[in-house]
Amino acid sequence: MDVTVTDLAVGRGGVPLLAGVSFVLSPGRALVLRGPNGSGKTTLLRTVAGLQPALAGTVSGAEERIAYAAHADGLKAALTVSENLTFWAAVFGQSQITPALAAFDLEGLATRRAGALSAGQKRRLGLARLMVTGRAVWVLDEPTVSLDAASVTRFADAVRAHLAAGGMALIATHIDLGIEADVLDVTGFQTQAAALGHADEAFL
Amino acid sequence: MRALFFRDLALALRAGGGFGLGLAFFLIVVVLVPFSVGADVTLLARIAPGVLWLGALLACLLSLDRLLAVDWEDGALDLLATSPLPLEGVVAVKAAAHWVTTGLPLVVAAPLFGVLLNLAPAGYGTLVLSLCLGTPALSMIGAFGAALTVGIKRGGLLLSLLVLPLYVPTLIFGAEAARRAAEGLDATTPLMLLAGVSGAVLALMPFAAGAVLRVNLR
Repeated sequence: MDVTVTDLAVGRGGVPLLAGVSFVLSPGRALVLRGPNGSGKTTLLRTVAGLQPALAGTVSGAEERIAYAAHADGLKAALTVSENLTFWAAVFGQSQITPALAAFDLEGLATRRAGALSAGQKRRLGLARLMVTGRAVWVLDEPTVSLDAASVTRFADAVRAHLAAGGMALIATHIDLGIEADVLDVTGFQTQAAALGHADEAFL
Repeated sequence: MRALFFRDLALALRAGGGFGLGLAFFLIVVVLVPFSVGADVTLLARIAPGVLWLGALLACLLSLDRLLAVDWEDGALDLLATSPLPLEGVVAVKAAAHWVTTGLPLVVAAPLFGVLLNLAPAGYGTLVLSLCLGTPALSMIGAFGAALTVGIKRGGLLLSLLVLPLYVPTLIFGAEAARRAAEGLDATTPLMLLAGVSGAVLALMPFAAGAVLRVNLR
């Protein structure tokens, strides 16, 4: 089933950032969002993920199908790598964590506390979490931050495998991942947001 | 849900989780009271139920500001919000884990601390029963307060100011039940009212907290 975004307007803190965003994400496809810092990529992703309401427009086909990964990985420093993954797998009603550990080269670290990982290792664990959710739509916000070149390749492989299995990915990134993907530059939607002007959530 | 409950228990019990801090705080409050009011045994016996209840309440409050703030800071709350778990359930489960790691030890330790305050022998059973009935409400109201203040830097003080007035009914009926029992009176009425307050809180607060959390996550 497609994820369809129609004429979406999003804002942060009552300020409209983007308006008139429309795209369709089909199974097996990835969409890369581009745009400078502060252009509204994160807000768009959070709106698609259902974490905040849209100012206008609709997102359909995304409910209960999204695995969201943002700048923070949601890891518990006191739990080990495998405990962290097992927890998220259980939350999403899954049980397998071995493929996820293998895909991000975390097997050797499985018994280490997440608090003792390096920034790049934490990021890999945060991305491995996507694989244990069993969700079809990956919504990723700057997934490659603090990853080295080898890990970026691993991540790209994981995304490719996910797409090949009929999954979808919506990725905001500044670098070229080497994944065959459609590109959406959000800059064009900012001018429309400025014209939208009125902020009906200003009281927030 | 069960995974979240056991994760929270594991986090509380591991290093830095803060398990036992509430209990230690309770002990110190109870030990300080005789120092402040003097070693008058009859006076201590008279104020013991109220002091024990107030101590338990403050000990409960102590650990509340980390209840949701930690998950907010490391991004886990966003991820839980996009998971199949309803936010109402998330808050309720976290309150339950908070009760098991904070409220339950207080209930168990209360009779021991009652000895320090010369609580009348008749009062022990009802004290434990009233704490048992009341502390789950303290955790649940606290979770609501934590949901209100999540995302606010240094929200702990604001949380206390918001939550303490909501603790009043629980404190009144809980302390009243313990006092009546200690004086040899019938404590059924305050106990039933206390159970009523707790029942209402446990039934309604998860929804209030879930709604507030949804707004705060925006």
